[in-house]
Amino acid sequence: MTAIFIEIKNLHKRFAIQPRDVINDLSLTLPHGESLSLLGPSGCGKTTLLRLIMGLEQPSAGSIEIEPTIAPHMSYVFQEPRLVPWRTTLENVLLPLELLKRDSAERCQHARELLQRLGLGAHSDRFPAELSGGMQMRAALARALITDPKLILLDEPFAALDERTRFRLQDLLHELKTTYALQYIFVTHSIAEAIYLGDRVLLLDQYGRQKLLTPVEIGPRSQDTKLSGPFNAMVKMLTQQFADIEQAA
Amino acid sequence: MKNILVEKLPAWIFFFLIIAIWQTIVAQQWVPSYLLPSPREIIQTTIDNWTDIGSALLSTLLSIVWGLGLSFSIGVVLAITFFAVPLLRKAVLPFCIFFQTVPIIAIAPLLVIWFGFGQPTVKASAFIVSLFPILANTLTGLQQTDPQLKELFSLYKPNVLTTIFKLQIPSALPYILAGLRIAVGLSVIGAIVGEFIAGGGLGSLIDSARTQQRVDLVFSGVMMSSVLALALIFLIDLVTKLLLGKRPYLRKA
Repeated sequence: MTAIFIEIKNLHKRFAIQPRDVINDLSLTLPHGESLSLLGPSGCGKTTLLRLIMGLEQPSAGSIEIEPTIAPHMSYVFQEPRLVPWRTTLENVLLPLELLKRDSAERCQHARELLQRLGLGAHSDRFPAELSGGMQMRAALARALITDPKLILLDEPFAALDERTRFRLQDLLHELKTTYALQYIFVTHSIAEAIYLGDRVLLLDQYGRQKLLTPVEIGPRSQDTKLSGPFNAMVKMLTQQFADIEQAA
Repeated sequence: MKNILVEKLPAWIFFFLIIAIWQTIVAQQWVPSYLLPSPREIIQTTIDNWTDIGSALLSTLLSIVWGLGLSFSIGVVLAITFFAVPLLRKAVLPFCIFFQTVPIIAIAPLLVIWFGFGQPTVKASAFIVSLFPILANTLTGLQQTDPQLKELFSLYKPNVLTTIFKLQIPSALPYILAGLRIAVGLSVIGAIVGEFIAGGGLGSLIDSARTQQRVDLVFSGVMMSSVLALALIFLIDLVTKLLLGKRPYLRKA
């Protein structure tokens, strides 16, 4: 379990139109079994880092090594649900399998169970436009889970949702982590969410220079955890560091 | 249903107003009826000459269905090919614009030389004028696919054809249908022009009515060709609705 899952070495990323590196000399190791939150203000390169890990962008310098057995079992959840409008919820969930040519009646049954689990059982034959924002996001989660991933990369997936829905989906993510033995990297700009969801939190600043790895030891989470002493102490500490970063800028 | 009625009502009121004014102008003899026959007269002429008009209508319809069917299938297949093979598009597409720019009346005599008098020339003429809007619209539609969805698909590394059939063609459907509706109108023009030169159908009926100074019959032929175009568009809308069912292909998400 101590084997390294992802190893990032001296990673740089610069986009052609920008004068400076968005990701500047970032090194990071993610061990087996650990989930990570990426926290930072807008424009700090959180999304870019996630896209680099997924292979949606290519690094300008440096390397990202992902355990070869894991690489084919990665899923990505975008900031918006990105459901295909002319496909029903069930068909959207089955899309990855169709594209990977892995679809079968058995998998279809699995998709139905997954939707049931995510509380969309009654909506599997509806079209995305007929679903609420929270339902669409859950459908996108189901689509990410259908391929039985070992690692899910989530890019601020709950940012646009109301608080109650967001809390429910946070807990769901915890639950899935345990039941499906999966790890995730979760991008957010909410300090509390970062602490709640991550075993560790990686703090990035707007200039890609300062990086801070903060171990979080809070134990098993439930929404009540957010009211606990250690949790709030952690929020306070990270808020301070957040402020320091902004001062330095 | 009620909404549709309210939606269409102004157009119907305007239509009947125009007809009423037209009828009045002619009935009062403000304009001689050998220049502008009254609506009533046109309808009477149509009924009296129904055997001729009906068979001309059928012949024109047949040519249009052929020409349009051909331009639709070739246009869509060509657009998909151009989309999948950009090099081919760059090489060939500029020359396809020929089909859009050439005045059909100018090449109709050439078509007669190639295909002879009658239907083959008319079909070719309907085909030539309606090919480009279908080709161009389909190509635009294929290129307009939502980049976010394209990125989603790319996560699973499907082959080019799978992406085209599962993503790009469904996304392009509104464009393809818009192209088809434009093509319907053009193919009616193409067929009538073809018939002026090659004979047969409503085109030659209108032409011979003109030489006999039968303005009422000219109007009757014109009316029939426009009814034909409207009926075809209506039919296409109906078939699309039946084929697509309730799937929101046409609604932007």
